Amino acid sequence: MAAEVRAHSDDEEWDPRPAWSLTRDDVEAIALDNPLPDRVDRAWALDGATGKGVKVCVLDSGVEFAHPKVGDLAGAFAISLDDDENAIADEDAEGDLCGHGTACAGVIRSIAPDAELYSVRVLGAGFKGSGKVLLAGLRWAVEQDYDVINMSLSTTKKAFSELLRDIADTAYFKRTVIVASAHNMPVESYPWRFSSVISVGSHEDDDPLTFYANPDPPVEFFARGMNVDVAWLGGETVTATGNSFATPAISGIAALVLSKHPRLTPFQLKSVLYQISSNVGGNQ
Amino acid sequence: MSELNAAVAAGVLPSEERFGELLRSIVEVARAIFHARGSSIFLFDEETDELVFAAVASPDEQSLLGMRMPSSTGIAGWVLSSRTPIVIEDLANDPRHARDVAEKTGYVPHGLMAVPLLHDERALGVLQVLDRPSNSRFSLQEMELLGLFATQAAVALDLLASARKARGALEGAGDVAAVARVAAALDRLDEDRRDAGLALLRELERVLTA
Repeated sequence: MAAEVRAHSDDEEWDPRPAWSLTRDDVEAIALDNPLPDRVDRAWALDGATGKGVKVCVLDSGVEFAHPKVGDLAGAFAISLDDDENAIADEDAEGDLCGHGTACAGVIRSIAPDAELYSVRVLGAGFKGSGKVLLAGLRWAVEQDYDVINMSLSTTKKAFSELLRDIADTAYFKRTVIVASAHNMPVESYPWRFSSVISVGSHEDDDPLTFYANPDPPVEFFARGMNVDVAWLGGETVTATGNSFATPAISGIAALVLSKHPRLTPFQLKSVLYQISSNVGGNQ
Repeated sequence: MSELNAAVAAGVLPSEERFGELLRSIVEVARAIFHARGSSIFLFDEETDELVFAAVASPDEQSLLGMRMPSSTGIAGWVLSSRTPIVIEDLANDPRHARDVAEKTGYVPHGLMAVPLLHDERALGVLQVLDRPSNSRFSLQEMELLGLFATQAAVALDLLASARKARGALEGAGDVAAVARVAAALDRLDEDRRDAGLALLRELERVLTA
C-alpha cells in the first residue's frame, strides 16, 4: 500500500516519506512544535476567535441563499453521480430543499460568525441512491480540504460502513474534522460511531457554548440541541430539537478553535474540546 | 423453497386489514403519548421512490390515505434520507411546508416531531406527531420516547412488509398458491378436522419423501 505521511510541521517543502519507518537521519527532520500550551483553557482556545479563515462545510439538504441568519456562502454545490458513481459537483442553484441544512448553517454562523461556510447538498434528489450520493459527496468534500465538515445525518446501510470509515480516516489524516450527529435510536448507523470523527448528542441547556464531554462513548460530546432557534426556509426562524442541531454547535466551536490555532490536528482538536468542555475545564 | 414457505405462511397470516388496524393503533397511541393533535405514518415505496400516506390519527383525514409524494419531499423526506429524528416548532413560519401541506390536507401543523422508522438497515417510513400542546416545553426525554416508540412501530411495519411479500408469492405462482390455500384451509378448520387433515398431510409427506 502506498502509504505516505504528509508534513506534520509548517515546512511547505516537506518530502513525503514512507509511513512505516523512520531512519535516524530523518528524526531531526520531523522535529515538531507542540501547538498546545501547558494549560489548555477556554481563554486560550476561544477568546477573540471568530472562525475567520476556517472553511466549514455543511453536508446536508443545501443552504438557503442570503438567509439573514446565515449570510453569504463561500460556495454551494449539489452532488450527483456519474455512471461510475463518482461525485459530480455542480454549482447549487436551488438552495435548500428542506430547511435543515439552512438550520445547521445558521447555528454555525451564530457561533463562528467569520467562518467560510460552504454548502454541499447530498439530500433531496429522492431516497433511492441517497446513500451513494452521501458517500460520494462526503468523499468529494474531503478532497476539497475543508477544515470542518458538519454531518447532521447518518446511514444505516452496513455496506457503506467500511467505505465511510475509509473516508473518515482519510479526512482525519489530512486534517479535515468530520463532526457527526449521534443517533438517539437503538440502531446501528454511521459515521458517528467512528473514532476518527467527533460525534455529538444533545443536552438541555440554553447556552450555545456549553458542551459536555461524555465519559462513556461512542457519543463523545453533548451540545445544545433542544429548543434551538434556527434558520429555516423563506428567511424564517423555527424552534428545533435534535442531535442534528447540536452537531453544528460543535462544528462552530471547532471552527473557533481552529481559527485561533489552525495547525491543530483532529486528534489535538478533540483533546482541546475535551479540555474546555463544561464538565472538565470549561467552567474554570 | 423460501417462496413456498412464504406462501404457506401467507395462508395463515393476518389480513392486510388487520395490519391497517395495527398502523392506526400506532398513530393513535403516538398521539395519546404526546397529547398531540394528530399523528401519521408515511411508508416508503421502494419501487416508485415515493412516500405513501399509510395511517393517520384523525377521522377527518382518512381520505388522504394512499396519497403519494416524492420521497425527498419536505421534512419527512429529509428524516427518511438522513435517518435522523427532528422536532420543529413554529412550522407555520415555513412558507414552503405550509403551502405544500395546506394544499394537500387543508391543515398546517404548528409543530411536528418526525422520526424515521428503521428496521435493521432499512428505512421503512416516517412517523410524525403533529401539534403537541403549545404550553408544554419539549424535553429530551420525549425525544428518547419518540425513538423507542418508532422502533416498535418499525417492527410492526416490517411484519407488514413480510406479509405483503408472502401474499405476492401466494397470488403469483399457481403451484405455490395451491399449497398456501391448503395451509389456509387447515388453519380455518375446527380442532378435530384439522387433526384429521394434518394426519392426511403427514401420510402424503411420507409417500412423497419415500
